[in-house]
Amino acid sequence: MKEKKPIRIPMPLRYGINLALILALWGTFAALIGQGAITNYWSGILIMVGINIILAVSLNIATGYLGQLPLGHAGFMAVGAYAGGIFLKSTPVADLLKAGNEAACLPYVIGALVLSAVVAGIFGLIIGIPALRLRGDYLAIITLGFGEIIRVALTNIDSLLGFKFTYGAAGLKRIPKFSGFHLVFICVVLSCTLIHMIMKSRHGRAILSIRENEIAAESVGINTTYYKTMAFVVSAMLAGIAGCLYAGYLGSLYPATFKFMKSIEILVMVVLGGMGSMLGSILSAAALTILPELLRSVADYRMVAYSLALVLMMIFRPKGLLGSYDFSMSRVLEKGINGLRGVNTGKGGGAQ
Amino acid sequence: MDLSLIFSQIINGLQTGSVYALVALGYSMVYGIILLLNFAHGDIIMVGAYTAFYAIASFHLHPLASVLLAVLVSTALGVAIEKVAYTPLRSAPRLSLLITAIGISFLLENGAQLLFGADTKSMDTIVTGNAALLGANVSYAALLTIAVSVVAMLALTFLVQKTKLGKAMRAVSEDMGAAQLMGISLNRTISFTFAVGSALAGIGSILYLCAYPQASPTMGSMLGLKAFVAAVLGGIGSIPGAMIGGFVIGLLEAMVSAAGLSVWKDGAVFAILIVVLLVKPTGILGRQITEKV
Repeated sequence: MKEKKPIRIPMPLRYGINLALILALWGTFAALIGQGAITNYWSGILIMVGINIILAVSLNIATGYLGQLPLGHAGFMAVGAYAGGIFLKSTPVADLLKAGNEAACLPYVIGALVLSAVVAGIFGLIIGIPALRLRGDYLAIITLGFGEIIRVALTNIDSLLGFKFTYGAAGLKRIPKFSGFHLVFICVVLSCTLIHMIMKSRHGRAILSIRENEIAAESVGINTTYYKTMAFVVSAMLAGIAGCLYAGYLGSLYPATFKFMKSIEILVMVVLGGMGSMLGSILSAAALTILPELLRSVADYRMVAYSLALVLMMIFRPKGLLGSYDFSMSRVLEKGINGLRGVNTGKGGGAQ
Repeated sequence: MDLSLIFSQIINGLQTGSVYALVALGYSMVYGIILLLNFAHGDIIMVGAYTAFYAIASFHLHPLASVLLAVLVSTALGVAIEKVAYTPLRSAPRLSLLITAIGISFLLENGAQLLFGADTKSMDTIVTGNAALLGANVSYAALLTIAVSVVAMLALTFLVQKTKLGKAMRAVSEDMGAAQLMGISLNRTISFTFAVGSALAGIGSILYLCAYPQASPTMGSMLGLKAFVAAVLGGIGSIPGAMIGGFVIGLLEAMVSAAGLSVWKDGAVFAILIVVLLVKPTGILGRQITEKV
């Protein structure tokens, strides 16, 4: 029998399949919310899930793909949240929302998101350039230090400036609540797409090679400093966007929210899902946001369970639940088609 | 500002600095031997402080017995953490080990919050009284703290430089594989290092209680982080370095507070860390380590 060639779905079609899946997911949620099957309470949780997904996938760039351990992710989120919050307070968005004119808000909201990303990105650059000269524990501790400095500064900056800017520990209040399900969903999709596209490009391969062996990467001509900084800045920018959405969801911000603990919570999401797996980050971010809502009665044990899970995971399954596996609908289809035709793809459908 | 005020600020700084120094010694020793930033180290202090608190306030033990008990509990806890969490990961990537340490740290903090409650427990001071020194009022607690930490440093230097176990510790930190080939028991040496480091944390917790007589579940995290900054500043792996680092951080905090900027205290400490890591990552007394391919 003549050897048949395994079918490969061509690239444009692959994008089409992904787009169809995303639209189907969006349609399902939108319909459920429209029909009232998802109550206001649960759509609020869905928004938090989305925000946490952006945080987790953005930290995953630095932790999973770059192989570093920054502990100041909450700091970038805080910078983005305050940048977006302060900007939106100075715009007429609150009045427009009250008047029900949501379309007119859109330019301001987009402006706030871009501003958050840019400000957080600048902070990422300022912090990343010195921090990335170090590795491992030192990088962890220096980013932790920067994160704490950001929080201390947000709490006390008003007394230095002499006017009300962040409103210190009392909190920045009355931020227009612009974060709706659709906006958050779009941001999640765009973030994941951006990360996916970066990681599949030559830049992404350079970042992965730094994780595998920095010296070897450098010796084949990869500008490690440039790529490390780039990954770090992209990670910070996305965290800033998540922070902005968070500000627009809650309507008030307190520096104490962005403590070291918040960075650890995000880290737990990444580690549990599997460092280097986008699907893992998304699933564990969703699970770790929804589970505490379902288990309100044992909320006190939440952080104990988190930390225990972290330790046990490292001892028994250090790669995380999904390892570096990522889901691809096209790959599943290919396998199905080739299976039916009786052709061995020769790859066994491995990871990546 | 008159001279006696400056002097008493210096003593204050040295007192907090001594606590940082003792804790920094523990960080430094553990880092020197298995290259692990032991995040849980600060929380061992918290457990030690709670032990002393309950021993004195609830069981009315003699203060000296309580101190001994706190040190014993800290030591046992440190060794237990090493055996349960770090030993299985000895050949794992450094990142896994670091995440485990963070996990243990949070487990201790949140466990303590469940067991003892989130509120701060205040107690009577263990050491009372003041002495007049150079025209300033200096508490006995401050003098005792400084003296204890200096003695602890001298004892530790002797232990590391002159005894057989100390030699084993130095050998393991130099080259784990070669030390094992020379017949040094890795497990015993590493456990011993954790025991000594945690015992110092236990002593540190008592001295902390002398300065601030209160215990809370999260007291260890900031204290531990600042002690780590002290260890980095002094040069990680160096005993006198940890001491110098601790004193510098303590004095810096006292000065920042005296200047009326006490809310920026934590920020200033981390700023020091960042400057040190950028200018001289090996610290004041650290050795240069060249990276091998």
